[in-house]
Amino acid sequence: MLRYVLRRLLGAIPTLFLVITFAFFLMRVAPGGPFDRERALEAKVLENLNRVFHLDRPLWEQYFYYLGNLARGDLGPSFIYRDFSVQQLLGNGLPVSIQLGGMALLVALLVGSLLGCIAALRQNSWIDYGVTAVATFGITVPNFVVAPVLSLIFGVWLSMLPAGGWGGPSSMILPVITLALPQVAIVARLIRGSMIEALRSDHVRTARAYGLPMRMIVGVHSLRAACLPVVSYLGPAAAALLTGSVVVETIFGLPGIGRYFVQGALNRDYTLVMGTVIIIAVFVVIFNLIVDLLYAALDPRVRYD
Amino acid sequence: MTDIATNVPEAAADGQMASRSLWATALLRLRRNKAAMASLCLLVIFIFAGVFGPMLAPHHYAKVYPDFVKVPASLEAYPREDAIIPEIESVVTRARLDLGSVELDGSTLRVEANSSREIDPRVTRYFDRSDLFSNARVVEQSSNGRSIVLAADVERLHFIFGTDANGRDLLARILISVRISLMIGVLATGVALLIGVLYGATAGFLGGRIDNAMMRVVDILYALPFTFFAILLVVFFGRNIVLMFIAVGAVEWLDMARIVRGQTISLRRREFVQAAEALGVNSGGILRRHIIPNTLGPVIVYMTLLIPKVILLESFLSFLGLGVQEPLTSLGVLISEGARNMRGAAYMLLYPSLALTLLLFALNFLGDGLRDALDPKDR
Repeated sequence: MLRYVLRRLLGAIPTLFLVITFAFFLMRVAPGGPFDRERALEAKVLENLNRVFHLDRPLWEQYFYYLGNLARGDLGPSFIYRDFSVQQLLGNGLPVSIQLGGMALLVALLVGSLLGCIAALRQNSWIDYGVTAVATFGITVPNFVVAPVLSLIFGVWLSMLPAGGWGGPSSMILPVITLALPQVAIVARLIRGSMIEALRSDHVRTARAYGLPMRMIVGVHSLRAACLPVVSYLGPAAAALLTGSVVVETIFGLPGIGRYFVQGALNRDYTLVMGTVIIIAVFVVIFNLIVDLLYAALDPRVRYD
Repeated sequence: MTDIATNVPEAAADGQMASRSLWATALLRLRRNKAAMASLCLLVIFIFAGVFGPMLAPHHYAKVYPDFVKVPASLEAYPREDAIIPEIESVVTRARLDLGSVELDGSTLRVEANSSREIDPRVTRYFDRSDLFSNARVVEQSSNGRSIVLAADVERLHFIFGTDANGRDLLARILISVRISLMIGVLATGVALLIGVLYGATAGFLGGRIDNAMMRVVDILYALPFTFFAILLVVFFGRNIVLMFIAVGAVEWLDMARIVRGQTISLRRREFVQAAEALGVNSGGILRRHIIPNTLGPVIVYMTLLIPKVILLESFLSFLGLGVQEPLTSLGVLISEGARNMRGAAYMLLYPSLALTLLLFALNFLGDGLRDALDPKDR
């Protein structure tokens, strides 16, 4: 088990290296530079800036310079946010994004599996149709509609919750709902489907024949099997949730890291883009590993040696 | 389900081709799906709104009315009556007249005024100087010249959905964005369809090492997150609408290629394809005559579900400011503007959001209905 984890983590290094290389050269090939302004900078100023940020060197030299710094854990200075290093920016933003994403993930898992289970147990009743309707709504309505409308209703009209900004648990409620809604919908759908199947399986029929209480049958014997598709779905979804959402952060004015990738790419803030790409890639690798381990824990037929 | 089955032998008894009954039963099933039929009606309305709406709308989508910035949605005409009356009072005072009665009939205004002295007919100029009134004229003047009846035109405009932060009619802007959304939805889906079907059918038909290589390319492209890809395209080529077709079409053909390839592989082993091969039909002919027509069912289903996805992607990019550029607009742009102006101008957020949500719902329900109708076992 431990050997498997170590092997997977070692195997991730070439993947990360490829991602970094690809992103580095792709960003540099793109036209424009970080110091392009509406009014061109003076030639001497531009020259000095380029020298400070090593942009005057040949590309391959910059690449190895970046890799060298990265190996020492230095992501470099941001080109646009003066006086900030990429570590500082990501270090400030990541806790916010992880808190929001983590809460949303938790809500999605709890509410989603609850709704899915109820719908599966009361198949073709009005509860089932209600859950399906909620799920359809959650999947169809995009987050850039949900976020401002929630903010308008609860923030502006009812003044119950802050319409935006960061600080205190009340400011997290609306962003978490926005982030969780599509995930709740998908989890509910997945659980409903696999639960219906699991309830028809032989071991559940046996458990019923033994006269086990319904709570036990659903909670212990069916849910474990019904979880499998959710686990494999939630791996990449969790990585995406925890690394922030540009829409939610823009609308609610949150200091997360979701914005940095889009802003960085548009401003040619090379180091910031690289930093976000690395963070996202690391999260994806880690969550894929967690999914595989959970799979083995949930399904005894899966074994890693 | 049971009573449909009775229709099938009838169709077959007509001596029609058996393949006809597949579509006939599919149509029957679709007609019985109320959500899908309601969606179809809504979609037809949307298509009419998108195609003819911008022509029929009372305002041009880019026309700016600087006097009517962020006026709320209302059925009444602007300027409001309670804005006109004070303006008349101040005009009449400036003209040193005493205001009598005022009548507002549609877009013409009748004003009676008196004075202690004889009134010069040129007082109309005072009216013309105001921004609200135009074409002021004397209707009648009493014989002693001390009372006068004037008429003037008031330009009264209707903004059913209100105006945006620049004073442009929101209804016209929503109509043009519906057109843009539908256009991108159809065109980008068309691009995805063309590339995906050809690519997938070729890969599945040729098989072996070529198939392997072709599908690895798809896998690699699949691994690229869409936002990353779209932003890269914007970084390389700047922001424009053509790019959006390419970005969306180029990403969305991947699923299509996979679906068609799977279908092709299973079709390839069927007897009629082998028969065609034995008869010496070349590969291109078999692809065109036998493989592609037989993959049509799943392709149509996937296509109807692809259109809302594409519309969503376009709105998302436009929301981020990477898509359609001013003065043209898109639902994503309108929603983003609405979100910025929602304090005090909530209608600016609500109407575009409602339009996008309804459009997506209609397309999704129709797609689901088509899937159930065409492929009942795939639920």
